[in-house]
Amino acid sequence: MSGLPALFYKEMLRFWKVAVQTVVAPVVTALLYLLIFSHVLEDHVQVYPGVTYTAFLVPGLVMMSMLQNAFSNSSSSLIQSKMQGNIVFAMLSPLSYLEFFLAYLGAAIIRGLVVGAGVWAVTWAFVPFVMPHWGWLAAYALLACAILGALGIVAGIWAEKYDQLAAFQNFLILPLTFLSGVFYSIHSLPPFWQTVSRFNPVFYLIDGFRHAFVGQSDADPWLGLLVAGACFVAISALTLMLLRSGYKLRH
Amino acid sequence: MTPAIRVANLAKRFGGTQALDGVSLDIEPGAFFGLLGPNGAGKTTLISILAGLARADAGEASVMGHDVVRDYRQARRALGVVPQELVYDPFFNVRETLVIQSGYFGLKHNDDWIDEIMHHLDLTPHAHKNTQALSGGMKRRLLVAQALVHKPPVIVLDEPTAGVDVDLRRSLWAFVSRLNREGHTILLTTHYLEEAEALCGRIAMLKAGRIVACDTTRNLLQHTNEHCASLRIDAETLPPDWQARMQRGAGGNWRYSFGDYTELESLLAALRTAGIRVQEMQLLEPDLEDVFTDIMQRT
Repeated sequence: MSGLPALFYKEMLRFWKVAVQTVVAPVVTALLYLLIFSHVLEDHVQVYPGVTYTAFLVPGLVMMSMLQNAFSNSSSSLIQSKMQGNIVFAMLSPLSYLEFFLAYLGAAIIRGLVVGAGVWAVTWAFVPFVMPHWGWLAAYALLACAILGALGIVAGIWAEKYDQLAAFQNFLILPLTFLSGVFYSIHSLPPFWQTVSRFNPVFYLIDGFRHAFVGQSDADPWLGLLVAGACFVAISALTLMLLRSGYKLRH
Repeated sequence: MTPAIRVANLAKRFGGTQALDGVSLDIEPGAFFGLLGPNGAGKTTLISILAGLARADAGEASVMGHDVVRDYRQARRALGVVPQELVYDPFFNVRETLVIQSGYFGLKHNDDWIDEIMHHLDLTPHAHKNTQALSGGMKRRLLVAQALVHKPPVIVLDEPTAGVDVDLRRSLWAFVSRLNREGHTILLTTHYLEEAEALCGRIAMLKAGRIVACDTTRNLLQHTNEHCASLRIDAETLPPDWQARMQRGAGGNWRYSFGDYTELESLLAALRTAGIRVQEMQLLEPDLEDVFTDIMQRT
């Protein structure tokens, strides 16, 4: 029998035991963003014809919450285990590096999806989306959580202190998500920044996910899927390479 | 017979420090084996390599015949390690911790055995306590329990009694001795040499990454031919020839160190000739601490 289910269960139980912090809090934060931005901008901004600003904003907020929480789940679990030393319990077991990866990744995806579903549920009162494109929605949600979950494993392994992890979060994840078109369409940017945005993989995740809701997007959703898929493969390969080498986990 | 633990020419370097410098060691199944050495001698490094927490630069290590790198899954299934640091996961209670640890080894329905080890380690009343709420001693017991969830034939205890009170130390040793009688191989590192002397059948001493002694505890104790006698006499001074050869100890007793018992006879004869009466005499046999100190100084 593989130890994967146990490590996955442990990771799930870990965030579920502190659900107020790991699920409820991000949902409340997203709701606040929605209230403030839609209050200020609803009557002034229309990004796509026939789509209200609030309807434009909600998919972005759902996606942003998923990204941040998937990342946060694997990265904070790993750094806490490393700092407290209890990572040794998994290291002493016969778990392979692949099982280790899949367990942390799986839990990060679930946390991202649970938070995303929560954000969507509370914003339902403002924008009831009738028929999203379920295929696009599922593909983008899963890929986004998987990419950030894997990136969280890398950050959690690499960081030796909480402030290093915070730096990773504040100087990489946060700018990438905020500057990806959660709150605006990149078509509203000057040409230079439009081009820059197209090098940000998170832009494709948000854009494609929004396409599932409003049927309109800045980029071709198939291109987005390709970028997201390539990112996932690349980051997973990096993560597996680090885990296999025992980088910062085994001396 | 396959050794429970086999280590061959193991070397490991950390930066500028040669933590292990060609260590070879075989530990027979069922042994109670002590690994002694000063801080930084390489004990924990050796254990880390066996457990897969560190990788050797050179040499090989195996547990129950399973190479710790090539066949790491089988090697880790055969090994239970009680780490030196008092680590715990504050998200879970005692029972959850043990169920999860069993799961890592692929064991699903392990409740009977978990109940049994919790019972033996007096953890049952604390089963639903969060690990954070446990006292230091209880956390140590939980670490022992975690090392045993998969019934490993080989158990490694890395300084399990550091900072542990007398009661726990006794119950821990009673439990570990029982496991040893039931056939488990025990590898123990400790700074409490009297514990090693009382428990271990064989002992290896490490210094600066090398094994400087490895023998049965009995042979090691006979290693030094220094003996010591403590005497109380009814006179204030010794015969002149003997004054330089004896030391005044605590409580006014005289201590005399000698290699051969005939030397003690000469002392007694000299005292009798001088008309000095021996009121009390005690022979002090060397203990492991003397042997350890002697070996560490000589090597």
